[in-house]
Amino acid sequence: MKMPSRPTFLRGLGAALLATAIALPAAAQQQPAAPASSTIDAIRARGTLVCGVNTGLAGFAQPDSQGVWRGFDVDYCRAVAAALLGDANKVRYVPATAQARFTALQSGEVDILARNTTWTLSRDTSLGFDFAAITFFDGQGFMVKRSLGVNNAAQLDGATICVQPGTTTEQNLTDWARANRIRFTPVVIERLEDNINAYLAGRCDAYTTDVSGLAATRAVQANPNDHVILPEVISKEPLGPLVRHGDQRFADLVRWVHFGLVGAEELGITTANVQEMAASDARPEVQRMLGRNGDLGRMLGVDNAWMVNVIRSVGNYGEVFARNLTPIGIQRGPNALWTTPGGLQYAPPFR
Amino acid sequence: MSDITVNTPIGSEPRSAPITAVGPIAWLRANLFSGWLSTAVTLVIGYVLVRAVMGFVDWAFVNAIWSVPVTNGVAQTQACRELHGSGACWAVVTEKHRFMLFGTYPYEQHWRPALVCILFVALYIVSSLRRFWNWRLIPIWTVTLTAIGVLMWGGIFGLPYVPQERWGGLPITLILATFGLAFAFPLSVLVALGRRSSLPAIKVLCVLYVELIRGVPLISLLFMASVMFPLFLPEGMNIDKLLRAQIAIILFAGAYLAEVVRAGLQALPKGQYEAADAMGLSYWQKTGFIILPQALRLVIPPLVNTFIGFFKDTSLVLIIGIFDLLTAGKTAIVEPSWQGFGVEVYVFVGLIYLVFCFAMSKYSQGLEAELNRHRRR
Repeated sequence: MKMPSRPTFLRGLGAALLATAIALPAAAQQQPAAPASSTIDAIRARGTLVCGVNTGLAGFAQPDSQGVWRGFDVDYCRAVAAALLGDANKVRYVPATAQARFTALQSGEVDILARNTTWTLSRDTSLGFDFAAITFFDGQGFMVKRSLGVNNAAQLDGATICVQPGTTTEQNLTDWARANRIRFTPVVIERLEDNINAYLAGRCDAYTTDVSGLAATRAVQANPNDHVILPEVISKEPLGPLVRHGDQRFADLVRWVHFGLVGAEELGITTANVQEMAASDARPEVQRMLGRNGDLGRMLGVDNAWMVNVIRSVGNYGEVFARNLTPIGIQRGPNALWTTPGGLQYAPPFR
Repeated sequence: MSDITVNTPIGSEPRSAPITAVGPIAWLRANLFSGWLSTAVTLVIGYVLVRAVMGFVDWAFVNAIWSVPVTNGVAQTQACRELHGSGACWAVVTEKHRFMLFGTYPYEQHWRPALVCILFVALYIVSSLRRFWNWRLIPIWTVTLTAIGVLMWGGIFGLPYVPQERWGGLPITLILATFGLAFAFPLSVLVALGRRSSLPAIKVLCVLYVELIRGVPLISLLFMASVMFPLFLPEGMNIDKLLRAQIAIILFAGAYLAEVVRAGLQALPKGQYEAADAMGLSYWQKTGFIILPQALRLVIPPLVNTFIGFFKDTSLVLIIGIFDLLTAGKTAIVEPSWQGFGVEVYVFVGLIYLVFCFAMSKYSQGLEAELNRHRRR
C-alpha cells in the first residue's frame, strides 16, 4: 500500500478537517432555500403526497391494528391528496418524532407536516414554514380525581402535578404557576403512558397536558366520572398543517382544503350527499365550491371538482371530527363552527 | 483382609450409602437446612418464591383475558379494566400482534415480512453451522439478502411495491441488527488492525474514528443521521431514513467491536507475531492465518456481549420515527381503548428479544467450548 509522503498527507487531512469544521455550522444555519420547482408539480409528477404525521397520537394519527394510518391529521393528508391528485389514498405517511419533524419538512423529505404542531411566531418565521390553517384549537389543561374535590386550577396550590419533560407543556405549567403564585411539585415523567399511570396510581394530584389528550385519557377509564377536567385552559395551542416557506400555491391549496371542509359543514355538504348536491343544489356558493359554476379549482391549480373529491373521501370538517375525535371523548368546544356560541372554525367565502 | 470381610456375605452387592448421606435429601440438608438460621432463610425465600410464582401464574394465566369483542373497529376493553391488574389482558396482544410484528406493512401482504423473518432465522442457523464456514457462505448470504430485499420492497414478480416507511416491527429489528453487525464486524477488524499499524496516518485515522464515535452516545449519532445530515444534502436529494440509521448503527458498532478485536490482538503473545515474521509470511498472510484466528477466538465472549447489546440497541431508532419491534409495541398501546396495558405488550416484545439474545448467548458458549478444546488437554 503506497501512501503519499507523510507531510503532504497530513497537511491534506488537516485542510479537509478545517474545511469540514467551517462548512458544518454554515450548512446548519443555512435557511432552506425556496424549492426550485413548485411543490404541486413535484407531487403531481411523483403521484403521491408525502405527509409527515405523528408516530402515534390517539385520534390524530395512529396506525390501527391492521397498520392503516387513521386520525384527524391523517384525514387532512387524505383531503389534500384528494384535492390535488383526485385520490385520497395516494399518500405516503412518514412518521416523524417531535425532534425530527421540522428537519423532515425543511429537507423536503415530506411535502406537508400534519403533525399536531402548534402555530407559533418563531416556527412561522425563523424556521421557514407557512402554517396553512388552524385545524384544531387546543390548549393545556388539568385533570384531577373527582374525590379530591378540586373545582378550579387556583385550588391546585401545593399540589403535585404529573407533566412530560422537554415540551412546551412543562414551560406553560411553570409560567402559569409563577403568574398565579401557585406552588407545586412537578413529577416529571418522560412517556405519556407512564404519566397517565402515575396519575392513576395517585403519585400526583393532577395531570397536565393538552385538553384533547386529557379528554382521550378520561374517556377510556373504567369510570370516567371519577375524573374532572378543570375549566381553566392555561395555554393556546392552535394546531394545523404546515408547509415550506416560498411556495404560496401549495400553502394556498392546503389552506383552502381546510376552508373547504369547514365551509362544507356550514353548507350541509356531507359524504352521503355530495354527489347529489354537486348535481342539483341551487345555492350559488354550493355550486361554486363543488365546481359546477365558476373556476375556483383552477385558480388553486387543481381540478374544478376538487372539493367533490375531498368531501367524497373524508367528509366535511364535522364528519372528520366525529370520526376521529368524538370517539375518544373530545368535545367540539372551540372547534365548533362560528355559528355556534364559542365556536371558532370559520371559512372565508368561496368566490 | 479376612477380618474385614468376615461379616460380609460373599457375593452380595455393595450397599449404597444411607439415604440421609447422599442424594437430594442430603443435599437439601447440607445446603438449605444446615442450621436454624439457614433453615429460616430457606423458608422465607421459599415462601416469597412460591407466592411470586403463584401470583404470576394467576396474573398471566388464571385470571387472564385472551380476547375481547371489537365493535366498529373499537375494542371493548371494559372486561380487562375491571380486572384492575389482577389478570393480564392478553387481548391486546391477540388484537395487535400483527401490528407489533410487522408495523404498518400492508395487511394483506404480511406473509412477506413473515417470510423475511423466517429467512433471517434460517440464515442465522446456516451461518452458525461450521459445515458452511467456507466460500459457500458468501453466495448464501448474497442470495438470501437479495431475496429479503425483493420480498420487502416488491415491485417485481407481481409483488406490489411497498415503500420503506411502511416497513416495521420485527423485520426492521432484524434488518438493522443483521446488516449492522455484518458490516460492522469486518470494519472493526480493519480498524483494530489499523490502530496497531505502524503507518502513522492510518493509525491516526483509526484512533480518531474510534475515539470520536465512542465519545458520543448512539442516540446522538442517530439524531445526526436523521436530523442534521439531510440539511447538508442538496435540495431534493434524500437518502432513505432507514439507510441513514443503518449507517449510523454500523459506524457505532464498528467502533466498539474494533476495541474488542484490538483487545484480542494485544492478548496474543509477541512470539506469535515474530514466528510468523520468521516464516517469511507477508502482512496479510500473517494476519489472516496466524493472528486473527487466535485473536478472534480469545474475544468471543466480549464480541457476543457487544452483539447482544447492539441487537437491543437497534430499538433506539424509535427516536427517529422508525417502527422497530419495540416502537411498534409502544404505538400499539397508544389507542385509547388499549391505554394502560403496557405490561402485556412489553412482556410479549421482551419475550421475542429474549429468544434471539438467549440463542446468541447459548451459541457463543458452544462455540467457545469447541474452539478452546485444545486448551483443556
